[in-house]
Amino acid sequence: MEGGLVLLGGGSSGVSTNESAVLSKVEVVSEAESELELGLGLSLGGGGGGATGKTKAANSSWGECGRILTAKDFPSVVSQRSNNGGPFSGTKRAAESVSHESGSPSVVGWPPIRSYRMNSLVNQAKAQRGDEGDSGVVEKDKPKDALKKKLNSNGKQTTVNEKGHLGFVKVNIDGIPIGRKVDLNAHSSYESLAQALEDMFLRSANSLEKEPLALSKLLDGSSEFVLTYEDKEGDWMLVGDVPWRMFVSSVRRLRIMRTSEANGLAPRFNESNERQKSKPI
Amino acid sequence: MMNYFPDEVLEHVFDSIASHKDRNSVSLVCKSWYRIERYSRRRVFIGNCYSISPERLIARFPGLKSLTLKGKPHFADFNLVPYDWGGFVYPWIKALAESGIGLEELRLKRMVVSDESLELLSKSFANFKSLVLVSCEGFSADGLAAVAANCRFLRELDLQENEVDDHRGHWLSCFPESCTSLVSLNFACLKGEVNLGALERLVSRSPNLKSLRLNRLVPLDTLQKLLMRAPQLVDLGIGSYVHDPSSEASNKLKHAIQRCKSIVSLSGFLEVAPRCMSAIYPICGNLTTLNLSYAPGLHGNKLTKLIQHCRKLQRLWILDRIGDKGLGVVASTCKELQELRVFPSDPFGAGNDAVTEEGLVLVSAGCPKLNSLLYFCQQMTNAALITVARNCPNFIRFRLCILDPVKPDPVTNQPLDEGFGAIVQSCKRLKRLSLSGLLTDQVFLYIGMYAEQLEMLSIAFAADSDKGMLYVLNGCKKLRKLEIRDCPFGNSALLEDVGKYETMRSLWMSSCEVTLGGCKTVAEKMPSLNVEIINESDQTEFNLDEGQKVDKMYLYRTLVGHRKDAPESVWIL
Repeated sequence: MEGGLVLLGGGSSGVSTNESAVLSKVEVVSEAESELELGLGLSLGGGGGGATGKTKAANSSWGECGRILTAKDFPSVVSQRSNNGGPFSGTKRAAESVSHESGSPSVVGWPPIRSYRMNSLVNQAKAQRGDEGDSGVVEKDKPKDALKKKLNSNGKQTTVNEKGHLGFVKVNIDGIPIGRKVDLNAHSSYESLAQALEDMFLRSANSLEKEPLALSKLLDGSSEFVLTYEDKEGDWMLVGDVPWRMFVSSVRRLRIMRTSEANGLAPRFNESNERQKSKPI
Repeated sequence: MMNYFPDEVLEHVFDSIASHKDRNSVSLVCKSWYRIERYSRRRVFIGNCYSISPERLIARFPGLKSLTLKGKPHFADFNLVPYDWGGFVYPWIKALAESGIGLEELRLKRMVVSDESLELLSKSFANFKSLVLVSCEGFSADGLAAVAANCRFLRELDLQENEVDDHRGHWLSCFPESCTSLVSLNFACLKGEVNLGALERLVSRSPNLKSLRLNRLVPLDTLQKLLMRAPQLVDLGIGSYVHDPSSEASNKLKHAIQRCKSIVSLSGFLEVAPRCMSAIYPICGNLTTLNLSYAPGLHGNKLTKLIQHCRKLQRLWILDRIGDKGLGVVASTCKELQELRVFPSDPFGAGNDAVTEEGLVLVSAGCPKLNSLLYFCQQMTNAALITVARNCPNFIRFRLCILDPVKPDPVTNQPLDEGFGAIVQSCKRLKRLSLSGLLTDQVFLYIGMYAEQLEMLSIAFAADSDKGMLYVLNGCKKLRKLEIRDCPFGNSALLEDVGKYETMRSLWMSSCEVTLGGCKTVAEKMPSLNVEIINESDQTEFNLDEGQKVDKMYLYRTLVGHRKDAPESVWIL
């Protein structure tokens, strides 16, 4: 992982720079909580066998650092996030809500599913989207379109058929003139997408911004940024109101907008507004 | 006494010994048995292609007919190994071709297979009959075309989960008209079109065809025609299965399916409309194997209704869309079930459809013959595992994957040590185990103590200290493959008993605490091992400081020393 992250404690994965170290979903904690290990942050099993140095069950603030907000955040959704601070409640579904929150592919090679099967899942999801997004188009496209091979970070080839429905959409963030592209097919939920975008933009060591992008660590998830998209009709909408699949079939491109510009959206922004430098709209 | 029997008699006796292990044992008895055994050996299994060289293989077994080779380490399936790590089959085929060995069967897993290799294969062995490729890569439809065109007596072409570049679909047309020997044809993993007319003609002239697995681009009407021409099929993989149940096409299909009274294995449904499944019901009663793990379109009632027709099922591969309730239906219907695999349909997502410990408990209660499990789930509890262990003491393979790899028991917040402990204690025949969830050193103590038959163990994000690994290495006498990622095991565990690794096929450790110095020590002490360090980061950063932690280490026993084909990112100590 590149800059912007403070790694504390006796990191079990060592000093390797290889991305397979479980670092992408790390919790950035303040210096005071210096003995926290690099946990996965995916699930904070409270008690667990943490007698020795390796406390995977880190119980710190559920470091949502620089989260990009979606519609989900606007009505008060405190209950979902507050579960994560302490031990789990006894109900099964509470556990589910944690993984729901984390929901992003943050660990290389996990879950251990053969890459052929993973690629199939992605392609099948794409085909299903195609059926929904386009009226009556059954997925019988001829494969004469170019096969696009993507090399993932380990160099293993992932073949993606370029048919009518490209997964990649442009993403721009306010303040940086150069945009990126993100593959919507690689995600199956808003959380997953938001996480990927945070990784892409808010943790980049190559930030062109003069000020460091604020990494907020608050439990209530307020952030400096909000995620919006342009739909098929050319309107700019807040991400998160509609079911994921519907969103994917209508999105044309994404924009990560400063919250200060997204005025009138929700009251919970008051805290972050106080912290931010005020910006003219 | 056996000295008085002529060789032919001994050979005859040895012929009835099929298992590799037994034949290996036989060859160790005495010199003459070694000699007789090696000349009569027809099938050889090599679990690690770098443990021996083709030349030595050929020298020892001149009568070789069937070769099985495995290449990359298991974790290569999950992108933990660089794509150019190795596992090339070409040198093997070249050596076999030049030796005059009459190879008839080649089965490869996780190997790099080039078109050139396939071409050479197809031209070098006049009697070549069977090619099985599992999780391989590096070839295209051109290689397949060569096999189709040149292997005149081909019986089996079985492609499972390979990444194939098949932009040109003509390969199937390359089977000559004279080819009538096909018994098994599986091209489900290919993404390209095939010539449908050629496929129909091929099936028509293959009276021995028992297994046919189609890819997604074979349309329904072709399926119907194929079934009409091959009612003797035993194993069918359907590609696309979308039709209107009220249509003429659907009726024709139903009729064609009903004629196939021998089908016991069904898979595919890569594209499916759930409402069409009723056409399948007539053959469900005979099914012993059902693989719906590539059919996310099937779920809910349609899926459970289908399952309810499958009373003889022994092997079921399914997606977690089935849910706990669906697994309950499996439990009450499939009393003969031996193997269950539940795959995640949405590995990174919300998991609303997913299965939990409840589904597993239901299946364990309803299916007492269950002996093989691969289960991806949202969560697991100790209580459930203890119940499962009690219900099903016959597990040979038990692989549990909790999608959140360090998740504790959500009810008690405890690690899953006790649950897995119950499994190893109860299942005395356990050979393969994969762990997940929050786990401490304790679970490894149990494994070392009870898992006496354990041959393969996969560990991720577990343990507190070196003790965990030591319990396993000291306790599991039959351990052959150990693969570990993201655990706090360091040099003192690695170096405690380096001789042990010679009794194993391989050891993989990634993102652990072992250092370069530790790995070097192993390499120095054990010349019969290859110790490989895989370093994929920028080469210039690869400093030689012995205290540096090693990101990925793969060591394996070998008779032929360092391999010569390692890429730059792999350093053999």
